[in-house]
Amino acid sequence: MNFFEVIRFSLRGLSANKLRSALTMLGILIGVAAVILLVAVGNGSAKAISDRIEALGTNTITVMSTGRGGSSSTSLTKDMADALVDEQMAPDVKSVSPVVSSSSATMTYEGTDHSVATFVGTTPAWFTASTTPVERGSAFTDDDVAQGRRVVVIGKTVAEELFPGVDPIGKQVTVGGALFTIVGVLADKSSTGFDDANDRAVAPLTAVQQVLTGYGALTSIIVEAADPDRVDAVQGQVATILNQKLDVDPSSTSTPYRIQNASSLLETQSQTAATFTTLLGAVAAISLLVGGIGITNIMLVTVTERTREIGIRKALGAPRRVILTQFLIEASLLSVLGGALGVAAALIGSQFSIVGVKPVIVPSSIGYAVGVSIAIGLFFGGLPAARAARLRPIDALRYE
Amino acid sequence: MSRPVLEVTDLKKIYGQGEATVHALRGVSLTVERGDYVAIMGSSGSGKSTLMNILGALDTPSSGRYLLDGVDVSRLSDGQLALARNRLIGFIFQAFNLIPRTSAVANVELPLAYAGVKPKERRRRAMAALDVVGLADRAGHEPNQLSGGQQQRVAVARALVTEPALLLADEPTGNLDSKSTDDVLQVFDDLSAAGRTIVIITHEKEVGDRAKRLIRLVDGGIVTDARQSPLHLPPVGAARVAHGRAMVAGRHTR
Ligand SMILES: Nc1ncnc2c1ncn2[C@@H]1O[C@H](COP(=O)(O)OP(=O)(O)OP(=O)(O)O)[C@@H](O)[C@H]1O
Ligand SMILES: [Mg+2]
Repeated sequence: MNFFEVIRFSLRGLSANKLRSALTMLGILIGVAAVILLVAVGNGSAKAISDRIEALGTNTITVMSTGRGGSSSTSLTKDMADALVDEQMAPDVKSVSPVVSSSSATMTYEGTDHSVATFVGTTPAWFTASTTPVERGSAFTDDDVAQGRRVVVIGKTVAEELFPGVDPIGKQVTVGGALFTIVGVLADKSSTGFDDANDRAVAPLTAVQQVLTGYGALTSIIVEAADPDRVDAVQGQVATILNQKLDVDPSSTSTPYRIQNASSLLETQSQTAATFTTLLGAVAAISLLVGGIGITNIMLVTVTERTREIGIRKALGAPRRVILTQFLIEASLLSVLGGALGVAAALIGSQFSIVGVKPVIVPSSIGYAVGVSIAIGLFFGGLPAARAARLRPIDALRYE
Repeated sequence: MSRPVLEVTDLKKIYGQGEATVHALRGVSLTVERGDYVAIMGSSGSGKSTLMNILGALDTPSSGRYLLDGVDVSRLSDGQLALARNRLIGFIFQAFNLIPRTSAVANVELPLAYAGVKPKERRRRAMAALDVVGLADRAGHEPNQLSGGQQQRVAVARALVTEPALLLADEPTGNLDSKSTDDVLQVFDDLSAAGRTIVIITHEKEVGDRAKRLIRLVDGGIVTDARQSPLHLPPVGAARVAHGRAMVAGRHTR
């Protein structure tokens, strides 16, 4: 009896027990799909978070004021920002971008209004520091800032809202009663949070101060390090200068400002995300185990019938080897097919966002899930068959 | 004289232990020559099936020696046993033992498949065997779609399909009406006339009468062993083929 014939026997065996075959495959399918999808969801949310942090720029630090009520002694000023550009005390600083922002600016163009989520006033260095390049047109220049020219670079959302199908560059819009000329459009920025990162406008610091925010405190100062490895050094240098400027007692633990370091944030975040993925992986492993128990159950429930069948086959002259091969092929076909369907289900499922997270498949999870389910299928499909094949035919026939 | 097909000496089979011990066979010695046609009779529980299972190499005795074609069966490996069961022995179970959810013809093909016969040839021979037992028109039916008698005849066809030198039948006519019984017995008579060895268990006297030799078992031991017709001649049944067929036909047309 050749191998090809044994395969035909297995296929006939599977089709003769359709319900059992289907249930076994379903068990494996669910187990495999659950593992892959859960791990993908964990990985997806971790990725979303790290994307969001990376979007802040990994070689920048952001200085923000912690002082409430805008008391002048604790607020950040343009003067402080200028002090940070210091070859001696802050050699690792590449650029400093003072930022003022307004969240209540309304932009009007030919009767159409759009309330811009964030209206930023800053210097040209901001575009590189915040990794928000200009896609069309150009950024404003240092000269524009010095002259307080009313030019503005708008985000994708603003462009779509106010200029559907029209090139916005060169158009004039009204913001806070003043006319601004659009000089550029920002590149699309992935927004993973609740607010739309494309719903913003960027104009020279001086212009924004004059029109919208007044010449008071800065919202924040973005400091770009010369090298991603020097971010921590920059943080120390910035702190030293600011402490001097703000007269902070070096022994005091509280400062009137807060420094946000994107790369250290990213680090903690990816650690948290790894924990999260591991947790989901554990949940998935349990579901695979449960799926495995399901498979085992189905296989064991039919063991009486299978044992009797093996008894008959042995009585008719089937050698142990042929019986074993047949049942092992049956079991592997079931688990491989179930596993493949499970992978397919997971791949389809990963196209949709699950609880607000876009799953990102981890290739190794596919390997693990399929491997484990095949092992379970083979073990519990093959073990009873192997045992039955060793019995005397008459004992197998009498098995209850 | 060639060596006997079956030779058992002081065969014992004990089931269970302690209080529940059953002595199913208490020292059976028996020699069956090539071409013999032996009927075994005995009351229920006398150990007939137990003996038959051992003769069919499906079970092992508790003690005693069993030579099949001169070879000690207890010394055979799994592969050799499988070969013997497949090529040498045709076994008909008291309980049919067809494979469920598998068509009659596929059931009959099974021993041929294990013998390595090609699928086409297999199908042809399986259909021929089903035809012999009058079930050619039920070839595609699964066991649960067949009556008890039909299942039994499928089991008979399965045992015949390899044309075994030794046919062991455990009450092959137990579920059959007299017409089917006669058909099956006719097949046995023909096989016997063709020189094959047959051992058959039965409760029916008419069936026992057609064999060349009748053995009676009581309580796990042989009590009588009588030759009814010569070993080297065709069995009585085969001799009156035409007559018997006419008689059966007559009985049924009435
Ligand atoms: N697996 C077993 N375990 C325990 N006892 C058994 C087993 N098989 C058979 N027996 C006992 O052995 C004795 C002989 O059984 P066997 O099946 O050989 O009888 P039999 O002559 O074929 O009967 P019947 O005509 O009813 O088929 C019986 O008493 C039975 O109870
Ligand atoms: Mg019996």
